[in-house]
Amino acid sequence: MRHRLGFAGKKLIRMALLLLGTSLAAFLLMAASPLDPLQTNIGQAALGSMTREQVDRLEEYWGTDTPPMERYLGWLGSALKGDFGTSLLYRRPVMEVIGQRLGSSLWLLLTAWTLSGALGFVLGLAAGANRGRWPDKLVRGCCLVLSSAPVFWLALLLLMVFSVWLKVLPIGLAVPIGAEAASVTLAQRLRHALLPALALSISGIAGIALHTREKTADEMERDYILYARAMGERHILLRHVVRNVALPAITLQFASIGEIVGGSVLVEQVFSYPGLGQAAVSAGLGGDMPLLLGIAVVTAALVFGGNLTADLLYGAIDPRIRREAAKR
Amino acid sequence: MRTWDRRRSTLLLLIAAGAALLAVSVAGGLLTEQAMATDFSRRDLAPCWGYPFGTDWMGRDMLARTLAGLSLSIRIGVLTAGISAAVALILGTVCAISGGWADAAVSWVIDLVMGIPHILLIILISIACGRGLWGVTAGVALSHWTSLARVVRGEVLQLHQAPYLRMARKLGVSQGKLLRLHLLPHLLPQLLAGLILQFPHAILHEASVTFLGFGLSPEQPAIGIVLEESMGYLALGRWWLALFPGLSLVLVVALFALLGERARLLLSPASAQG
Repeated sequence: MRHRLGFAGKKLIRMALLLLGTSLAAFLLMAASPLDPLQTNIGQAALGSMTREQVDRLEEYWGTDTPPMERYLGWLGSALKGDFGTSLLYRRPVMEVIGQRLGSSLWLLLTAWTLSGALGFVLGLAAGANRGRWPDKLVRGCCLVLSSAPVFWLALLLLMVFSVWLKVLPIGLAVPIGAEAASVTLAQRLRHALLPALALSISGIAGIALHTREKTADEMERDYILYARAMGERHILLRHVVRNVALPAITLQFASIGEIVGGSVLVEQVFSYPGLGQAAVSAGLGGDMPLLLGIAVVTAALVFGGNLTADLLYGAIDPRIRREAAKR
Repeated sequence: MRTWDRRRSTLLLLIAAGAALLAVSVAGGLLTEQAMATDFSRRDLAPCWGYPFGTDWMGRDMLARTLAGLSLSIRIGVLTAGISAAVALILGTVCAISGGWADAAVSWVIDLVMGIPHILLIILISIACGRGLWGVTAGVALSHWTSLARVVRGEVLQLHQAPYLRMARKLGVSQGKLLRLHLLPHLLPQLLAGLILQFPHAILHEASVTFLGFGLSPEQPAIGIVLEESMGYLALGRWWLALFPGLSLVLVVALFALLGERARLLLSPASAQG
């Protein structure tokens, strides 16, 4: 048990350092930007008609007059205490905005993550076990097309078919237009999240299916499978192959968090879904540095957390790895 | 003797796909003028013989716009994939050869770049470069080298222990010569296949970032722009504005993906003769 804790501790320190690096990199990139947040948000004409004091006050608000390193250290100091600053566009604490947005995005992310993982795994197994025959060719063809299609175009297609043509699902947003926040029912929320979640799931399937297929096909060539076949064993796929394919599949599943979060930025934009991704786009377009910085750190934490979980799950699933780690 | 083996048909497919992509890129480049020409006498035409992809609300020919956009995408894709492959080769080799803290530092940077979702990272880099063509090019080029760099690093580490390289070092062959004569030829097939397999990602990410408004400017006939504009007209039933440009993009990207897959099979000795 002690070595497991030590292992987890080391990983946690590495993750903290990576997060620090992420925030610094994101900050430097934004600080290097030639785009002036004042001009973007207020406009040339309005700026020209303002007095010097007004402009100074605005500069102070958007933080364009302090040197970048000083600003970063200031941000880091309060971020470590849990204060990520105030969003300039929404005029609320960054963590509050992110918390609310992540809350509505989490529905999408979780559904898409589990659905694409499960479907991808099953399709990959089916293709790998039938290598070279029609199920394999079908799955591979579909995956090629799916992985070549941009996720926002898939979203547009779904929108055209289900919302414009068949008129069965709403065209965007997370709740009906004009509804009170309190009066929105769960069914309405689900109806609005259905298409975005579907688009996101479909786009995630291809990668996982293709990788699982490769691993399954390799595993099917092994001698023990031949032996099991020769012994007349049935359910070889479920009893042997799945166990051996599960480990790489889990790595992949947790590594796909980044892809799903990235895809959600695009999907939310298409459906005007008020989630984290949409907030990232408006923060980026509007030069809202504290919010974008906060989003970068939070999504990176999600991704690193996923990798950490995968590393820890290995030991729990595969006894060989556990023993290996104990020996060291 | 088989005269029509897989090697040959693969080669033929490679040439055909390459030619098709080249044709699209050249045709699109020539059609850029036409893609921006407005003609209000032919507004909102559904696909017909004269305009197979239809026209938009300003009477612009969607076929010309699609081809011009694809051409732009292909050129950006080739440029960014080339840059990221070069970065991957250099960093991966440096990592593996120098070892120690340089290796640790580069590996850490790779983890860092992989930790931020691609789209977000491209947005950040694009903002740092002031958006536009250079923003999106830098963004895509600087975010796609990581996985290939890992592959190169692993490969070089493995090769370093190969008997022929240890022998060469003992014989006093200089580091530079070692790299040029013994390591590069070994890495080339992997690198080439990796390079072609980067195109699909590069093109898709370019289109996505442009779609979000962080890439090419709205005047340019890019695929991302075309699809972004089509969003406003979906509810009016103008399905052709989104369907055909997107479908063409899928076709181009799939062609690149097939090309890369086949090239990988052809270049790796284990599968080349199958």
